[in-house]
Amino acid sequence: MNDIGASQFYSAFWDYYIAIISIVSVVGCAVFLWLQSRRTVKAQVNARGEILTTGHVWDGDLQEYHNPMPRWWIWLFYITVLFSILYLILYPGLGTQWKGVLNWTQVGQYQGEVKTADAKFGPIFAAYAAQPIEQVAGDARARQMGERIFLNNCAQCHGSDAHGSRGFPNLSDGDWLYGGAPDVLVTTITGGRNGVMPPMGAAVGGKAEVDEVANYVLSLSDSANDSVKAARGRAKFETICAACHGADGKGNPAIGAPNLTDKVWLYGGSSATITETINGGRNNVMPSFKNILTGPEIHLVAAYVWSLSNSGKASTAAPPAPTK
Amino acid sequence: MDNAVETKPLVSPGVAEARSAAVGAAPREVEIQLYARREEIYPRQRVGDSLGIFQKWRWATVWATQIVFYGLPWLQWNGRQALLFDLAARKFYIFGMVLWPQDIIYLTAILIIAALSLFLFTAIGGRLWCGYACPQTVYTEIFMWIERHIEGDRARRMKLDKEPMSFRKFALKAAKHGAWIAVALWTGFTFVGYFTPIRELTVEVAAFAAGGWSLFWILFYGLATYGNAGWMREQVCKYMCPYARFQSAMFDPDTLIVTYDRERGEPRGVGSKKSSRAEQNLGDCVECKLCVQVCPTGIDIRDGLQYECIGCAACIDACDHVMEKAGMSKGLIRYSTERALEQHYAATGIWGHVLRPRVLVYSGILAAVTVALAVAVAMRVPLKVDVIRDRGALAREVEDGLVENTYRLQVMNTAERGQAFGISATGLPGLEIASEPTFDLPGAATRSVMVRLRARPEDIPPGSNKIVIGVKSLDDAGVAVEEKTVFLGLKR
Repeated sequence: MNDIGASQFYSAFWDYYIAIISIVSVVGCAVFLWLQSRRTVKAQVNARGEILTTGHVWDGDLQEYHNPMPRWWIWLFYITVLFSILYLILYPGLGTQWKGVLNWTQVGQYQGEVKTADAKFGPIFAAYAAQPIEQVAGDARARQMGERIFLNNCAQCHGSDAHGSRGFPNLSDGDWLYGGAPDVLVTTITGGRNGVMPPMGAAVGGKAEVDEVANYVLSLSDSANDSVKAARGRAKFETICAACHGADGKGNPAIGAPNLTDKVWLYGGSSATITETINGGRNNVMPSFKNILTGPEIHLVAAYVWSLSNSGKASTAAPPAPTK
Repeated sequence: MDNAVETKPLVSPGVAEARSAAVGAAPREVEIQLYARREEIYPRQRVGDSLGIFQKWRWATVWATQIVFYGLPWLQWNGRQALLFDLAARKFYIFGMVLWPQDIIYLTAILIIAALSLFLFTAIGGRLWCGYACPQTVYTEIFMWIERHIEGDRARRMKLDKEPMSFRKFALKAAKHGAWIAVALWTGFTFVGYFTPIRELTVEVAAFAAGGWSLFWILFYGLATYGNAGWMREQVCKYMCPYARFQSAMFDPDTLIVTYDRERGEPRGVGSKKSSRAEQNLGDCVECKLCVQVCPTGIDIRDGLQYECIGCAACIDACDHVMEKAGMSKGLIRYSTERALEQHYAATGIWGHVLRPRVLVYSGILAAVTVALAVAVAMRVPLKVDVIRDRGALAREVEDGLVENTYRLQVMNTAERGQAFGISATGLPGLEIASEPTFDLPGAATRSVMVRLRARPEDIPPGSNKIVIGVKSLDDAGVAVEEKTVFLGLKR
């Protein structure tokens, strides 16, 4: 929290300015009220001694009747004065120097509310955090909590249904870049991922060579390809691409290199898109949620994501006894 | 604050003349303060043995409004409180209906109806609301009834208040305030019972376990009732309520008002029984001052229409009683209109002036809004759907080259029973639902439902295409909602 008093754009003058205006206003109102409550004015009375008008006449015939406010009304004004004084004693209303007897701040109130919420919801999160993710995923309420966290934090890229989008992986198809085991999901969410495919056009060769490698990549997943070109691209793939994607093209979860033998594509599986990928490379970033979500929250959202592709496997049985 | 120009609305011409004459006759000046001490008013509640006709009407409305107010929260409907405004859950149960914050438009309509009714009744009958139905009047009436039964009527109360404190006086005052507080607390309790289930609240209060906000509001409304009906009374009407101040804008010469027939009554005087009043050059007003004694706001109706007059007609009943005893015809003080007094026409003539443009306009708008509300409530579909298109993912290509868009439906089942719902999507050829096409939703619950729609790319023009997503109850064909949204195609 910045101390505004230390700001170079702020001088102590304003503290006094605000304090003096506030105090003078409150005291001024009180004095004015006191004077008015004692003030007398002249009034006209009739022959019977009844007070009729204040004696003010405008435009020759417009008279002002005397209709005084009841005396208790003035006490309402005194109460507002008393309220202001009490308020200024309790709360920081007189510049930044006076903190108020209650020491109240907006930040303090917010933190207090967070504390209250933590006390209320903490045990619920803690109970789930103590269970293995497979078991949490079997709990309908936990999945709902996880979904809520997912919608607020993950849906922007992965979509509300976690089916992803061009460049953002589908989390519900059971196909994983870095692996889909519960602990791997937690690692991914906590630390984030940065998947880099460098531009390989120059390394592969000219336009014709890139086209041949692209056709070979298509052939790996039995997608429509030119078998002659594919056969010619095989050698390049096995010397250059295989470093990350493996000689068989099945990828490498350790570095997030995609499996090219299935029909799951991150950017699209047409020949043109694959050529574009080889030439330009790709750079994928999944940010770290370490500072955004708490550990128990990551645990819950990981359970939710895991449940999307393991709906049949979520264990509803009692947690296994801890081995150690 | 000081020198506020106070114009008394619609003071009869005679009064203004009398005042001017008096001012002219004795232009004497005195020094006065800007604030005046409140003068205690001791309204006399009984004149004669039985209540006058308008006092009977007042008691009838007191009974009617209070039976409804104290009774309604105890009614049950389908195993729950029939009328419950559950602020914490934001659900408002009104017999067979559950309203949600999204239904706030009905409240708007009800408020418009209330305002227009006030305008209409005021234009026709003057301050009927103040005199017969306003809680301030009703609770003051109840509290004054208690007061009369403990301390006695006007004369005895005035005498008691002048006495020095004694055991008897203390006992009477304690009994009165005790009874007032009991009624006030019961009122506060009932009020809170509209917002928190009253049967559970009863158990809590009985066990002294009620706490927090329930207790606070019971005491708050209890204190407000005790203070307003016991202590403040006419001060609320005279100084706090805005209605008195703008009554002149809603009155016209054909509005029924409680009024004194100056021509018939003046010159007023007690007179002697030795000769007829006509021979003594006296009008019908016998100067008994009962009309002043019974007035709950302490005014003299013979001064003409004043903003303090709440239209309770207590003076009419008192005057009629006296006129009857004195062998004169009733109605020296009566419900009449300014124009009727001026042009001397009878009750039938007043009826003839009821239908005037202002009344017709108010009635027309009131009828239109009432019918609109009734139709809207009757045709209300207990299902609300909000379609939120996924913003992050525009359109995606999926298996077989299909284009997919994702939507999140926020669905509220505002009926009280659980139902199964089916989703439909129309607007593009071959549009199909790739996600689960049906879902269940418990009664009075809300949930979000993911919907994935797919279409073949050749069927979708690039860019934004208008489609309609429908949600329909599978149990009740009448419960269906359609929402417009868009389906994005891929660039070709």
